[in-house]
Amino acid sequence: MDSDRAEIVRLAALATGDEKHEASSYSTLDALLVAYRDVLRVDPSRPSWEDRDRFFLSKGHGPAAFYAVLAWRGFFPEDWLPRFITWGGKLGGHPDRLLVPGVEVSTGSLGHGLPMAIGSALALRARSRQEPRVVVLTGDAELNEGSNWEAVMLAPHLGLGNLTLLVIDNHSSTIPLSPIDARLRAFGWDAVPVDGRDHAALRRALERRSDVPTAVVAEIGTG
Amino acid sequence: MRQQAAATVTDAFIEDDRIAIVLAEISTDYFERAFAHDPLRAVNVGIMEQTMVGVAAGFALEGFHPVAHTITPFLAERALEQVKLDFGNQELGGTLFSTGASYDYGTDGATHYSPGDVQALATIPGIRIAVPGHPAEVDTLLRHALAGDDLTYLRTQAIANARLRDVEPGRIDVVRRGDAGTVLAVGPMLDRVIEATGDLDLTVLYATTVWPLDGGTLAREAADAPDVIVVEPFHAGTLAGPVTEALADRPSRIRSIGVPRRVPREYGRPEQHDREFGLDAEGLGRQIRAAFASAPTGGFDAAPAGRS
Repeated sequence: MDSDRAEIVRLAALATGDEKHEASSYSTLDALLVAYRDVLRVDPSRPSWEDRDRFFLSKGHGPAAFYAVLAWRGFFPEDWLPRFITWGGKLGGHPDRLLVPGVEVSTGSLGHGLPMAIGSALALRARSRQEPRVVVLTGDAELNEGSNWEAVMLAPHLGLGNLTLLVIDNHSSTIPLSPIDARLRAFGWDAVPVDGRDHAALRRALERRSDVPTAVVAEIGTG
Repeated sequence: MRQQAAATVTDAFIEDDRIAIVLAEISTDYFERAFAHDPLRAVNVGIMEQTMVGVAAGFALEGFHPVAHTITPFLAERALEQVKLDFGNQELGGTLFSTGASYDYGTDGATHYSPGDVQALATIPGIRIAVPGHPAEVDTLLRHALAGDDLTYLRTQAIANARLRDVEPGRIDVVRRGDAGTVLAVGPMLDRVIEATGDLDLTVLYATTVWPLDGGTLAREAADAPDVIVVEPFHAGTLAGPVTEALADRPSRIRSIGVPRRVPREYGRPEQHDREFGLDAEGLGRQIRAAFASAPTGGFDAAPAGRS
């Protein structure tokens, strides 16, 4: 395990009080680490920097790994983590953009992130901001929500090359969706599957840009 | 009203590059000038109302003032969670305007009726709700909304008052003063309220901003007359909460007249629905007289001369 990953696991454990370091198996942990370490252009000292990349955690539940990565990048102090889901703390069971620096959008109810990400991507295009991109993370079961498929249809139609959908596929969907990348390609996305624990593969997949929206389906295995 | 709303939004869109327009197939013809002016800020997403609201909220996250529009039930009810979470929970501003409120689509059945829109959207903290009664009032209320940063819902209806009033956003307008009681007419109900109460010694007030309601004016104008009747173009009782709150410092008797809370099974023009529900001038006159006749104060006969 690389040292960065070990640090994220330690920080997540601060939030959850997890002495067994179960955070190591969190489905989003590796993708979040790679995104915030290697791919996203963000500046923790300027969370509202206009040319930053936007990251939407659409699957807002189980955010300990997300908070750990944000603290690791310096968006807020490490000592916020032990107050996760406690009275008076800022780190709730779902992230709140008005309480936590680095959180672009408050989420929790599934199926909201991708449509909002399309709006953000359209707004960046309307402002002629070529560099920033919008990355939105969903779970595979979250794709059961119909609003996602509205947005999946819409984004290629709009030619949103500044939008990336990152699907964490831990096969939690009751309705089997695999192969998700093939479904997304059928709607016009430039979609690729990757091993969701392989940092180099995740980085290569997330760095891709296209003139249509891109998708990365990170295979985690059941859990 | 829809045509006026689209014209007002388009004019503002051309003048102000903070404004974005997000449509869901409905009314696209009315926005051709906007699409021609800047297609990057004016988007038709197709028939997907949840995504329409989400996309609009995404524009708001980036500092735009988005306008989202479609037929009333598909904006206020189908996409209610998107309005609640994508705008309300994020504390984002924007303007939502609907067409076909209550039973404007009177031959299309219950799927296209939406007398519950205001009550549904009023659950969202911080929202402002405008109910114009005349196309010129649409222009006034929309311009106010588009210039600000609040989340505003504006409902338009096919039936309008014949005469416009010089409305002030957020304020109740005093139409006339009387002593026997007060009638608060909302939006397009004003003309028929005036017709129904012409020979009665009543104060008539006019509300085009209903949420938050201008409780101060209502309390002042109702004065010592305990009877207040609210005539609403949506579900009866929608405004009962804020009216009660406004009059909490005195004994009062509040009666709500509006669209009944049942699944409508009738097909016909809005005027036919109005007649069926007792919301035309004749029906309102009957209901208002009945309400005052049963008042403990003795009704109109006991009232002194008007104080207008």
